Amino acid sequence: MNNAHEAAVEVEDLVVVRGERTILDGLSVSVESGTVTGLLGPSGCGKSTLLRALVGVQIVKSGTVRVLGLPAGHPSLRRDVAYVTQSPSVYRDLTVRQNLRYFAAVLGADPASVDSVIATVDLTHRADARADQLSGGQAIRLSLASALLGTPRLLVLDEPTVGLDPVLRRDLWELFAGLARAGATLLVSSHVMDEAERCDRLLLMRQGRILANEAPGELKRRTGSHDVETAFLRLVQSTGELVAR
Amino acid sequence: MSARLTLATAGRVLAQLRQDRRTVAMMLFVPSLLLSLLGWIYDGSDTFDRIGPPLLGIFPFIVMFLVTSVATLRERTSGTLERLLTMPLGKGDLLVGYALAFGVVAVVQSVLAVSVAIWGLDMQIEGSPALVVVVALANGLLGTALGLFVSAFAASEFQAVQFLPAFVLPQFLLCGLLLPREQMPQLLERVSDALPLSYAVDALNHVQSTSGLSGAIVTDLVVIVAFTMAALAGGALTLKRRTA
Repeated sequence: MNNAHEAAVEVEDLVVVRGERTILDGLSVSVESGTVTGLLGPSGCGKSTLLRALVGVQIVKSGTVRVLGLPAGHPSLRRDVAYVTQSPSVYRDLTVRQNLRYFAAVLGADPASVDSVIATVDLTHRADARADQLSGGQAIRLSLASALLGTPRLLVLDEPTVGLDPVLRRDLWELFAGLARAGATLLVSSHVMDEAERCDRLLLMRQGRILANEAPGELKRRTGSHDVETAFLRLVQSTGELVAR
Repeated sequence: MSARLTLATAGRVLAQLRQDRRTVAMMLFVPSLLLSLLGWIYDGSDTFDRIGPPLLGIFPFIVMFLVTSVATLRERTSGTLERLLTMPLGKGDLLVGYALAFGVVAVVQSVLAVSVAIWGLDMQIEGSPALVVVVALANGLLGTALGLFVSAFAASEFQAVQFLPAFVLPQFLLCGLLLPREQMPQLLERVSDALPLSYAVDALNHVQSTSGLSGAIVTDLVVIVAFTMAALAGGALTLKRRTA
């Protein structure tokens, strides 16, 4: 894990301050490439801020963030890193297909891939519906679909499965695993602990700090817990000794 | 900047407009309707010949300013701007894409308004109607560029709409339509020298009174284009890839 060329993301001593509040206070973490890594923690713990720093849209106070070997936000990363924000960022007055056609054009992706990503997120029957006519879950899927265009090497997904149907959720996690097997790295945030089992590795986060960075099995064994939720609680209770670097 | 990305962006903005037929109808027809109202008010007097041509330039400026500032504000608040800035899209592609799309609308709008004024309302001009359309297009683009720029300073649609009285009405009052600029108090005349709309009105007054393309019209057009470029450059500075 300390092997530089194995890490898709390397963060060292990252400090992010917003107004008077310190959101991330000297956070360090690395994400192994070719994995599905879950970023778990309660809302407000700084997950989205960390993800924003990785894609280079967050003003940071200090620290270094390297992504695929380059500083975060480097122009040549714009084709390699796909980012999906928590609230769907799509054009509400365009149809599903119009949205994706435009994003495909911007990414230089094959226009033919538009229909296949629509199918992947199960929106084929809504392809010609305007985004503002979609349900909340459908809008999230549309936003997610645009991250699947082109061939991103790192997908940064902020709570992509919130409010989705369990069957679709399972399918999406299988899709994430497939992308990782093909060599991509996925960093997926969630505040739902039961999604942890789907990840190759877990980052547990609380109050701007990383409490753990390991595989779900290891984490449960180390903390003597049956599930990730209990492991999280045990780690919080003994934070002092167990803060992972 | 790339022509492909700029055109893709312009196409996307036009697709968004097509989804909103009422807005398109208002952009295209309201200037013509207002001119018709004025023609009726000043029925038979030569006042309409005096104020008609400048208004043909002022309408696209106001309409494009308003529509663009709200459209870009929506792009900022919906998160799509942030998404685009993480993608391989240049700021110039985005800004020029918007300008192209609204430029198309400005051309259609002013062709309609100029036709209504000259052939429907019998407005008398010495210069060519095509030249009126050219100046109107330049004004529409100026409105678009200024709208892009000021939208960065609006945190809500309410604020964006208030920029119209704050930014545009002073220019309207000082541009020479209500009172020729050389008859204003000297300080105000100097101020109006620094405002782009004054040059638009000046150009259209020339089109009204002289036939052919005079040097004065070209100078005015150059000034309008320079203001447009400066506003676009200012707009590019307000598109920040990193935010707090």
